[in-house]
Amino acid sequence: MWKYLLKRVILMLITLFLIASLTFFLMKLIPGSPFSAASKLSESQLAIMNAKYGLDQPIPIQYANYMINILKGDLGISFQFNNTDVTQLIMNRVGPSATLGLQAMIFGTIFGIFLGVIAALRQNTWLDYGSTLVAVLGKSIPSFVFAAMLQYYIAVKLGLLPVAFWRGWEYSILPTIALSIFPISIAARFMRTEMVEVMGSDYITLARAKGASSFEVAFKHALRNALIPVITVLGPLAVSLMTGSLVVERVFAIPGLGEQFVKSIQVSDYPVIMGTTLLFAALFIFIILVVDILYSIIDPRIRLSGGKN
Amino acid sequence: MKNILEVQDLTISFHTFAGEVQAIRGVNFELKKGETLAIVGESGSGKSVTTKSIMRLLPKSNSEIKAGSQILFEGKNLAELSDKEMEKIRGKEISMIFQDPMTSLNPTMKIGKQIAEPLIKHQKVSKQQAKERALELLKLVGLPQPEKRINQYPHQFSGGQRQRIVIAVALACNPKILIADEPTTALDVTIQAQILDLMKNLQKKIDTSIIFITHDLGVVANVADRVAVMYGGKIIEVGTVDEIFYNPQHPYTWGLISSMPSLDTMDENLYAIPGTPPDLLNPPKGDAFAVRNEYAMNIDLLEEPPMFKVSDTHYAATWLLHPDAPKVDPPVAVKRRQNKFPEMNSVKGGK
Repeated sequence: MWKYLLKRVILMLITLFLIASLTFFLMKLIPGSPFSAASKLSESQLAIMNAKYGLDQPIPIQYANYMINILKGDLGISFQFNNTDVTQLIMNRVGPSATLGLQAMIFGTIFGIFLGVIAALRQNTWLDYGSTLVAVLGKSIPSFVFAAMLQYYIAVKLGLLPVAFWRGWEYSILPTIALSIFPISIAARFMRTEMVEVMGSDYITLARAKGASSFEVAFKHALRNALIPVITVLGPLAVSLMTGSLVVERVFAIPGLGEQFVKSIQVSDYPVIMGTTLLFAALFIFIILVVDILYSIIDPRIRLSGGKN
Repeated sequence: MKNILEVQDLTISFHTFAGEVQAIRGVNFELKKGETLAIVGESGSGKSVTTKSIMRLLPKSNSEIKAGSQILFEGKNLAELSDKEMEKIRGKEISMIFQDPMTSLNPTMKIGKQIAEPLIKHQKVSKQQAKERALELLKLVGLPQPEKRINQYPHQFSGGQRQRIVIAVALACNPKILIADEPTTALDVTIQAQILDLMKNLQKKIDTSIIFITHDLGVVANVADRVAVMYGGKIIEVGTVDEIFYNPQHPYTWGLISSMPSLDTMDENLYAIPGTPPDLLNPPKGDAFAVRNEYAMNIDLLEEPPMFKVSDTHYAATWLLHPDAPKVDPPVAVKRRQNKFPEMNSVKGGK
C-alpha cells in the first residue's frame, strides 16, 4: 500500500512537471504581452518593464528561471494586481470557490444518487420519469439561466436569501444550488442505469430470497455495487466545481478563482495563469488518486497494487 | 406423510411487448414433509417460474399470478400474502439456492455477513451470536478454515466453495422448505457430486423438504423421492422416482429417458426429441407436446388430456392412458427399463 502510494506520488510530480512545462510554452505562444494593454507606455518604458520582470530574456532562460522558482515554492508575482504574490492571490480567492464547489459537490452527489436510486427502484413510474426530467433539465439548461432564475424568484420575489455577494454562509446557498444542478443530473443518470443493472443481478434475488426488505436490498446490497461508475465520473467533476465556475461566480458577484483566471488570461498575467493551472492540475491528479483508493475500498475485487495482498 | 406445501391450479402470465406469455398453465403438486421432489423439464418449461412464484420472487412489473392460484403453506396462501408478510417467510420458512454460485453472492460483502444476514433478520440474534452460528454453518457445509475464511469476499472462493456458502446461507434459519434451482448445473462434474452428497446429508440432519429443479435426469435419480415432469407450463407426469424412471407413461417422459445416455445400450446415436418447445404466447390447443410427439393421436391436437391415474402415486397427462386408446410400443430404451420395473417394485422405492 505505502509503496504503491509512493509510486503514485512520484508519478504525480512527473505529471505536474509536464503540465507546467506545456502550459509555460503554450502561454508564450499567445501573442501580446502583459504590458501591451496599458499601451500608453513608450518603447523604452516597455523595455525597462520587460527587463524588470525578466521578460527580455530568451524563452528557454525564462523557462529555467520559472521552474527553479517553482521548486523553491515561489510562484512569482502578479503583473496586474499591484505586484501581489501569486500564492497570496490564489489563497485569497480559493476560499469562496472551494466552499461553493465542495458544497455543490456534496449536495449534488447525495441528492443525485438519491434521485437515481429512486428512479431505478420505481422504474417506469412517475417517480422515474420525474427524476429523468430533472436530470435532462439539469444537463441542458445552462447554469447561468438557472442562477438568474434562482436570483429572481427566491432572492428578489420571495426575499428569502441574498441576491449576490459573499458575506456569510447564507450567501453561498443560491450559488451552491445553481452549481449543483449539473452534478445532480450526472449522478442521477449514472446511478439509475447502474442500479437497474445491479438490481437485476442474481445476488440481489438471493438477498430478497433471504427475506431482506426492499430498503435493505437497495441500500445494503445494491448501492455499493452500483457506485463504482458513478465515482469515476464524479471525481473529475468535483475538481472542476471546486476550482470555480466563472459563470456562477460572475452572476452572484463572488470573488472566486474562476473569474480571476479568465481575467489573467485576457491580460497575459503569466504568473497567475501558471499558478492557477498548476493548482487545478495538482487537484485533479490528487482527486484521481483519491478515486482509485475509493475504488479499492468500495470493491474488494479491485486491488491498488498488483501482486500479493 | 403430511403435505407441507400444496400448489393448486397455479397460473402465471408474463406481460411482454409481444403479448401475454402464459408461462404456467395450471400446475398442481404437493410437497410432503421430509421428501425431495424433483421438477424436471427442458428450458422454458416453467420449472424456475414455478419455484420463484412460491418465493414470490417474480418481477412485479410484468408478471401476474392469476386469481385462483393457490400456494398453500401452513394454511396460508402465499400467492395472496403482502410483501411484508412474505419477507417473514423468505429465508426463514422457505429458502432458495440458485443456479450460478459465481453470481449469486454479493461481491462487495464479506461472506460471514451474508450468512449472518438472515439470522439477524429473522431470529433477532446479536451480531456475535450470528457470527458464531455462521461459523457453525460453514463447518456444516464443509468449508475448510472457517474462522479465517468468514472474513473473506466471494471472489476469494472457487465455484464449489461458493455454492457451499450459498447453501449455508439458505440453511441459516433451518427452513422447512429448501428450493434448489439447478444448484449443480454451473459446477463441474466432480464438484456436482460433492454438492449433491452434501445436500443429501444436510437434509437428513436438519429435516427439511426439498424441491429440486434440474434438467439432468442423472441428478434426479441420485437425490429425488418423487419426480414431476414439466412441459409447456404444465406438469405432465408425476410419480415416485422408480415409477418415472422405470415405468414412464407420457411420450415426453419417454423422450427424456431415451435421450439419456445409458450403460446398457450399444446404440451409437443418442436420441434427441425433435422440434422445439411450444410458443407460450399462443399455447397450442390440445396437448402441447402433440406436434413433437410421434405417438400423437387426433384427439391430442384437439383436446387437452386430463391427468390419468397409473397408481396411487403415479399420474400422467396423456390420451394414451385412456381406455379407448390403442396400445403403443414405447421406445426401446423405455421398454428395457419397463421390463425391470416389476422386480424394482418389490424392493422399497426411494433414493
